Amino acid sequence: MAITRDEVEKVSLLARLLLKEPELEQMTGQLGAVLEYIALLDEVDTANVEPMAHPLDVVDAFRDDEVQPSLDRERALANAPNRDDECYRVPAVLGVT
Amino acid sequence: MTEPYVILIGLEVHVQLLTRSKLFCGCSTRFGAPPNTQTCPVCIGMPGSLPVINRQAVQLALRTAVALNCTIPRSTKWDRKQYFYPDLPKGYQISQYDLPLSHCGWLEISDPKGAFASKRVGITRAHLEEDAGKSMHDEAVGRADSRIDLNRAGTPLLEIVSEPDLRSPAEAKCYLTELKLLLGYLGVSDCNMQEGSLRVDANINLHVGTADGPVPTPIVEVKNMNSFRAVERALSYEAERQWRLWQELGVRLGEPGGHKTTRGWDEGRQATYEQRAKEESSDYRYFPDPDLLPVVLPEETVESVRASLGELPAALRARLETGYGITPYDADVLVNQGRALVDYYLAVADACGDGKTACNWIQQGVLRWLNDRQTTIDAYPVPATEFAALLKAVLAGELTTSRGREVLAEMIDHGETVEQAMKRLGIERVDEAELETLCRRLLEANPKIVAQVQAGKEKAVGSLIGQAKKHNPNADPGRVKDICLKLIAGM
Ligand SMILES: [Zn+2]
Repeated sequence: MAITRDEVEKVSLLARLLLKEPELEQMTGQLGAVLEYIALLDEVDTANVEPMAHPLDVVDAFRDDEVQPSLDRERALANAPNRDDECYRVPAVLGVT
Repeated sequence: MTEPYVILIGLEVHVQLLTRSKLFCGCSTRFGAPPNTQTCPVCIGMPGSLPVINRQAVQLALRTAVALNCTIPRSTKWDRKQYFYPDLPKGYQISQYDLPLSHCGWLEISDPKGAFASKRVGITRAHLEEDAGKSMHDEAVGRADSRIDLNRAGTPLLEIVSEPDLRSPAEAKCYLTELKLLLGYLGVSDCNMQEGSLRVDANINLHVGTADGPVPTPIVEVKNMNSFRAVERALSYEAERQWRLWQELGVRLGEPGGHKTTRGWDEGRQATYEQRAKEESSDYRYFPDPDLLPVVLPEETVESVRASLGELPAALRARLETGYGITPYDADVLVNQGRALVDYYLAVADACGDGKTACNWIQQGVLRWLNDRQTTIDAYPVPATEFAALLKAVLAGELTTSRGREVLAEMIDHGETVEQAMKRLGIERVDEAELETLCRRLLEANPKIVAQVQAGKEKAVGSLIGQAKKHNPNADPGRVKDICLKLIAGM
């Protein structure tokens, strides 16, 4: 197996996805298959190949340090499920100041 | 007996770079704007938006990295650091993982009072990343909700990570002070801790001496320290706590119960408290950000940055000590005030020709004045040329030190030149020839005193000083004494 059930459980926790019993089983199988497929690349000899940081052969796309208009606050907050006049509102963030 | 352990401290410093706009979008980085008025689809993570790198942020980061003696790779790239937090709208932070903008540098620290030997503190890496937003508890609604302001999200930060080379809380504070000073001279950050533009996290553990060699205690990351003094105190507290814990439990790093933990500093209680368990770097599932292109840093670019750094604090201190004859402590005091004050000092010292006198007068006459008014040297009313003219008059004996202080006060209060201030105070310059004539006359009129001095009672000359003052209130007692003794010796 390319991935264990415990690992899937841990990754689902990191991704904040709550998987129920049958889903855990199902995801372990599916993710395992994906990982095995990707593992095919291990068969290629890459000893003399430069690591690739980006698929495009372009570098240095910069912008100048100039301030552009920001979104109107009403528009920025428009999609928030919960908000007040100034801020997004979220369930209490605990344990951190 | 010394304590049976060594303290190991490494610091992670985040500094906000002085750009006008954010790292990957054109939103303003201005501090203090109303909440959520400086955001756009890029920095609040709207689907389909694309980041574009701010050239100036890379320049400022590069400037710092070169000044920290870092190795700069030919190219650097961007990675996504995934974690879920309400102030991180994209669900990941754009940072740099395995190809940071710089690594393997050092910063030299020394204590001007000699409390510890000067040393090079290793810089592990310095890399660019974007800041998160700010979450605030809503007191009004009890603990039900948090409010999120994303103005700060996407602001460019430089994370500077040191090696665990610091051996005491005092060294840690010294490193921070020196780093802040350097960043100020480089003009890359305002380092304002109150506004969050400089933040410090510390990693600390002990190496306890045992019969089997040094044993490391579990590493603790300390957070929430909002001043350099707080860093020093938190680290002292934490070292003592770890020592107590070691004596009670004897748990070493990596053993069960010996993993790395995170603790916050409680300024009110002057104690650290346990925070959430630290995620492993694999838990962040870093991967290259496909939306951003790598940045190439050719040798010429790095060299031109190096050439543009200007004189940095360490070199400046050395020049003041060797070229101007002032103590390391005094050089440190001047350099800590920033380049503008040092330039003022250099102008005065060069013009009056006496680095020590210039240093004393500037510390007493200028720094105190600036400190009382909480202002900077550009607000000081006396130009360097006039200040130097005043010191020249004092050095030539034309003004006593106390008379000089009065003249300086006049110059400040009335915006006058040395000449004008002296005139206002009714002080006339006493030149050497005039003074000598006066002394000669006094000696002729007081043969008894001359005889006493010749018999070895040098003190007798003191009564002549009083007489000289009566003839000319501007006569410098020290000069009168010297001239009289010289004349008697030549009789
Ligand atoms: Zn933006």
